[in-house]
Amino acid sequence: MNEVAPHTLNPKIGRAPGWQGIVADWSSDQRAFKNVSWGKAMMWIFLLSDTFIFGTFLISYMTVRMSTTVPWPNPSEVFALEIAGHHLPLILIAIMTFVLISSSGTMAMAVNFGYRRDRRKTAILMLLTAVLGATFVGMQAFEWTKLISEGVRPWGNPWGAEQFGSSFFMITGFHGTHVTIGVIFLIIVARKVWRGDFDDGRRGFFTSRKGHYEIVEITGLYWHFVDLVWVFIFALFYLW
Amino acid sequence: MADVTHDAAGPLSAAEVDDVELYHPKSWITKYVFSQDAKVIAIQYSIVALAIGLVALVLSWLMRLQLGFPGTFSFIDPDRYYQFITMHGMIMVIYLLTALFLGGFGNYLIPLMLGARDMVFPYVNMLSFWIYFLAVLVLVAGFFLPGGPTGAGWTLYPPQAILANTPGQQWGILVMLVSLILFIIGFTMGGLNYVVTVLQGRARGMTLMRMPLTIWGIFTATVMALLAFPALFVGAVMMLLDKLVGTSFFMPAIIAMGERLAHKGGSPILFQHLFWFFGHPEVYIVALPAFGIVSDLISTHARKNIFGYRMMVWALVAIGALSFVVWAHHMYVSGMHPAFGFFFATTTLIIAIPTAIKVYNWVLTLWRGDIHLTVPMLFALGFIVTFVNGGLTGLFLGNVVVDVPLSDTMFVVAHFHMVMGVAPILVIFGAIYHWYPKVTGRMLGDVLGKLHFWVTFLGAYLIFFPMHYIGLMGVPRRYHEISGMAFVPPSAATLNEFITIVALIVGAAQLAFLFNLVWSVRHGRPAGGNPWRATTLEWQTPQTPPAHGNWGKDLPVVYRWAYDYSVPGAAEDFLPQNQPPTPQPA
Repeated sequence: MNEVAPHTLNPKIGRAPGWQGIVADWSSDQRAFKNVSWGKAMMWIFLLSDTFIFGTFLISYMTVRMSTTVPWPNPSEVFALEIAGHHLPLILIAIMTFVLISSSGTMAMAVNFGYRRDRRKTAILMLLTAVLGATFVGMQAFEWTKLISEGVRPWGNPWGAEQFGSSFFMITGFHGTHVTIGVIFLIIVARKVWRGDFDDGRRGFFTSRKGHYEIVEITGLYWHFVDLVWVFIFALFYLW
Repeated sequence: MADVTHDAAGPLSAAEVDDVELYHPKSWITKYVFSQDAKVIAIQYSIVALAIGLVALVLSWLMRLQLGFPGTFSFIDPDRYYQFITMHGMIMVIYLLTALFLGGFGNYLIPLMLGARDMVFPYVNMLSFWIYFLAVLVLVAGFFLPGGPTGAGWTLYPPQAILANTPGQQWGILVMLVSLILFIIGFTMGGLNYVVTVLQGRARGMTLMRMPLTIWGIFTATVMALLAFPALFVGAVMMLLDKLVGTSFFMPAIIAMGERLAHKGGSPILFQHLFWFFGHPEVYIVALPAFGIVSDLISTHARKNIFGYRMMVWALVAIGALSFVVWAHHMYVSGMHPAFGFFFATTTLIIAIPTAIKVYNWVLTLWRGDIHLTVPMLFALGFIVTFVNGGLTGLFLGNVVVDVPLSDTMFVVAHFHMVMGVAPILVIFGAIYHWYPKVTGRMLGDVLGKLHFWVTFLGAYLIFFPMHYIGLMGVPRRYHEISGMAFVPPSAATLNEFITIVALIVGAAQLAFLFNLVWSVRHGRPAGGNPWRATTLEWQTPQTPPAHGNWGKDLPVVYRWAYDYSVPGAAEDFLPQNQPPTPQPA
């Protein structure tokens, strides 16, 4: 990245106190966010927009849950598993959450090694993140299969309000799609890291531009976001 | 504005940004069809938007024919009438106005006015247009599928939107929802580009508070769209599931045609909340670019700096923020909790403050200006009048007690057509007359332009002013026929006939405009680089029309704000933004 110094065409910049100073800084020359690349800015703003999508999904789910007159199925029981004779409520969801949160850890390490230009470790950690993500999606597929075999459908279920099934499939499906897209993107970027595209300046897929190791961080932003959204889904759908 | 006009600094070299690696088209296809150049994408957006807008125009003719001469045109049965209403509304609001202001003017003006070479991610920008084009094709497909397009009204309220016996319930509603989802995906790709270009891609010296108000308007509207469209996206996905999979998000238990439907327990009000959480910001997504453009048109053609630039910017941002907390004023009669009405009426009326600031500032910009009554200026002045008019009836409808008797009458139709139909479209016309010379290098015909303005402006008043009275008589909207209602006096029918005749004439005048657009590409008067003697950067390009990359070798450097008109002591009555200050005698 070319670092553009916040130069002082306008002598007021950096001098005004309080809010005026903040506004002057932020609205100053060329870039609102100094040293933030176009790609990173775009990902942040996309995530803001995507936050509104997930937020609206969750608020809609809470609205239908509150407005239905039929009892809501108890998630602890619905998502319980019998393992080795023990009845464990929410066990699968707990494991899924653990896997996904761990993948955020490996992702953060990948970003770190990316900036150190350690191609091997970066690529391995990204692939590990992708594997953890794929495991998460796999367990979600198992959960879907289990619920479907127990008779849960988008239009009804054996235990109560039919909005339970509709919200469940819609929200976890939408989140699962996000994770899947993330896994695909991780694999693509990991391959480019492994091949050394960001060292020899090879033109990239999608933008016909030379890439930077920063793309690892941008992929990471998306990945952490998807994890964060899961925390909210976990709290609002499974724990409520 | 001393701190944003002149700075004591000598000429500076342009700061190139590393990221800029222009994509250079290698063939005719990549240059004109799958182009990554924002200017070409802008023209593509504009042509598609105007083309689909013509469809909406014809639909409005058909509706008016039915309302003016009920029973004369037997092919306009109630089902078709509802389909025309729905498609007219949806096309005008989303596929014409949103796409043209943001996709068309946004793509053309953002890089040029900010001194950038292109949008930050040209490839994504190209995808944005093609997905929009696909959305339009899917929308149009509704006309040819069995059952025709949906007739649910542009608000698509459930449960009737997906019930049997609503026209277009087999295929129309599906393609409508899919088209909306595609539009939102395509728009998001473009919108991210516009926002990041404004925030991170400006030329040296172009601080945010030196940006032309056009860019401020488009920028604020794009941010709003990125936050408002998600609600529509979610609503569309959920309704699609209700329709296709049989979920009951929006569908309560219903008995239709004597049969109990499988749905139960959903909340139709939820959809209304989702729809209007998108729908109200959408009004301002359309209005804010118009506000911005009109500020620039007035300043340029009155040869005077815009009055209160800072307040104009803050008013745009304030309107944008407030518009997210007023949505339920569309739902006073929906059966939501009455206490909400108090809150939403209050926030709604507060919006009048920043809006009034803008109107005062426009008028004060005109005050003692050197007003040139060019065609763009006529349209800008027409906008101020229609917007004030529509805004005042908005104050009626924002109050719960006044709204309840007026809601669902033709008064509402007249109000929103005045404020978000006629007003923004007058700006679109003005903007096309203003920037056409930059896009093509030739002026649009003046005589035809003035004729177009007067017929459109006076015609719009003759159409929508009487409609307020029809509404006050209690004539309901969305009715195929109103004859036989005791409370409607016969004069309403006469007024309706009159409105229809004017609507046909105004529609025909738009054909003259289209002719002007096409004819002037080859036969217009050559414009030169800066026919309006304007200050903003897009008029200072080395070539007209601007070449690929916009600026030749060096990017422009900006030394002043966008409104240095009639500066005392200056040689010309305008100082371009990239003109260095004359060295001050020490």
